[in-house]
Amino acid sequence: MQELSLSDLGLALPELFLACLGMVLLVYGAFRGARAAGEVAVIGSLALVLVGILVLTGSVERSTAFNGLFVVDAFAVFVKILILLGAVLGIVLAANYLKAEGIQRFEYVILLMFATLGMMMMVSANDLIALYIGLETQSLALYVMAAFHRDTLRSSEAGLKYFVLGALSSGMLLYGASMIYGYTGATGFAEIAQHLEATEGPAAVGLIVGIVFVAAGLAFKTSAVPFHMWTPDVYEGAPTPVTAFFSVAPKVAAIALFMRVLADPFGELVHDWRQIIIAISVGSMVLGAFAAINQTNIKRLMAYSSIGHVGYALIGFAAGTPEGISSVLVYMAIYLVTNVGTFAVIIAMRRRGRAVEDIADLAGLQHRQRGMTIALTIFMFSMAGIPPMAGFIGKLVVFGAAIDAGLTLLAIIGVLASVVSAFYYLRIVKVMWFDEAAEPFDKPADSSLGTVMFVSALLTVLFVAYPAPLIDSAAIAADALF
Amino acid sequence: MIIQGLAFYAFAIVLVLSGFLVISARNPVHSVLYLILAFFNAAALFILMGAEFLALILVVVYVGAVAVLFLFVVMMLDINFRELRRGFLQYLPIGAFIGLVLLAELVLLVGAWPLPEEAPAAAAALATPDPLEISNIDALGRVLYTHYAYLFLASGIVLLIAMIGAIVLTLRQRAGVRRQSIPEQVGRKRSETIEVRKVQPRTGV
Repeated sequence: MQELSLSDLGLALPELFLACLGMVLLVYGAFRGARAAGEVAVIGSLALVLVGILVLTGSVERSTAFNGLFVVDAFAVFVKILILLGAVLGIVLAANYLKAEGIQRFEYVILLMFATLGMMMMVSANDLIALYIGLETQSLALYVMAAFHRDTLRSSEAGLKYFVLGALSSGMLLYGASMIYGYTGATGFAEIAQHLEATEGPAAVGLIVGIVFVAAGLAFKTSAVPFHMWTPDVYEGAPTPVTAFFSVAPKVAAIALFMRVLADPFGELVHDWRQIIIAISVGSMVLGAFAAINQTNIKRLMAYSSIGHVGYALIGFAAGTPEGISSVLVYMAIYLVTNVGTFAVIIAMRRRGRAVEDIADLAGLQHRQRGMTIALTIFMFSMAGIPPMAGFIGKLVVFGAAIDAGLTLLAIIGVLASVVSAFYYLRIVKVMWFDEAAEPFDKPADSSLGTVMFVSALLTVLFVAYPAPLIDSAAIAADALF
Repeated sequence: MIIQGLAFYAFAIVLVLSGFLVISARNPVHSVLYLILAFFNAAALFILMGAEFLALILVVVYVGAVAVLFLFVVMMLDINFRELRRGFLQYLPIGAFIGLVLLAELVLLVGAWPLPEEAPAAAAALATPDPLEISNIDALGRVLYTHYAYLFLASGIVLLIAMIGAIVLTLRQRAGVRRQSIPEQVGRKRSETIEVRKVQPRTGV
């Protein structure tokens, strides 16, 4: 039993800074009223960048704070940078959309900042209770964001569905955590690992039940099959920038948490939990590939596509080796960039002041908006895994890690699923380049969407030329878990 | 010891009876009132076991907030509970079956629980205060603000988010609402509000 010390606070400086600034901005916004939305967005995104700098300049050596509840290591730093990147883009993409829809309120940025705080707490969790509190901080803010367009039925429905199913998944996670606590006598990851090392023979049944329930709760948050039911409805109903944010930052955080929980304290039991990961990975890839074929709404299509991508990422995790974990990190980083670019295009799909979301609305886009067409084509090629786009490298490292770990069959299923999913990615490309031209889209209000598209497309194309920084830093991050 | 035993049976019997009445009472308001009675009895059982913190939490959270909320929902919303309860007998066998399955699972799990002598060493390492020397509210307070300060602060943020969320989703600024504005009232000048006129006798204003 120890009291707080200054070094504890120093280790959690980025989180503390984010929390305090969120509260200050909340008060500022409450006093300034509706006019503050723009200013809060600018200050908020600058603050997130600053938090990113604090994360990068902080310690990368594994060190714990708050009596072992909070851990900072290279893995946490890598994932936090990805999350912060997703969060900044979530604010940038939202600015014009919220104004156009008449829901420009400063609380959007505040909720997004607190959700980001929750995600950072999740990836730094070193204890089952800290894990749960971080997860709830994140989820509660996300539920509200999904229902942010409260006057439309679909957005409220999305928020309510996400809330009810999210609460269910939290219940499962807590049940699992209580079982783990009951059978190991500890909630801290380090103590659990110690206990598992000390016991001989196979793990207790109750402990395995606990791990299964925790995995189910986390699979829910990553929207992996069979816990994916909420994803299409929530992605379709939520305001588009919120969907863009949902599909990157919380997903990266949840997968990172998944890996930390299973690989860190339960590393000894890899043969027990690997089956779970393989099952949900195959399920997600197959469902993501087949269920998306019939979609006409591009946001629903992206929902199924994100389910599929989680499946591919989990292949690397199923390998359970440092190479596997680092391949997941590489995959998620590439997925983040490509996905944000795609959503920038979807947000730019407005006709006569109204957002349109059908794939058919993209028909003949090349005649009107050539730049946007080229960008979306690059993103679709990357998601389908066609060389030399970044998505190809992502799939390559993931499948490579699986084959090295002897999971050849899993890698083959992954390749087959990505061939099927190429159908609907390429269909979008076909609709844009070869179909009869539909009405053009409105010109975006400013250059922010175009910039996001351009930079993401550039990164997606040029990644193959210089992949070393990402792959090397992911390898360092993954080593921190072993 | 005998008094304790008698009290246990009295509370337990009332608890089970009121629990049964919650689902069988015809009037939904009565159901909620029986639910509150059940909570109070459960709290009393906790006190008998020496878990006074749980007892207080049960009263404060469940009776104070949840049950009162239910009461409002039941009284304010026009829900036809007769309709909801239709088919109760029809689904009873399935419900009973699921109950039995859960019971069997619980028995299996408790059966597989590690016995005290082989209990994990980690559990012993946790410095558990002696319940005879220190009340459990005291014990929780000692770790909550020191060992678990991080979680305590983080929970505060969770509550803050819940508050922001409730306001974002429900607060509406309506036009044309006349609100009291104290600075405006105080700042009024005599010249703005009172007009002195000369009124001729026997003519109107």
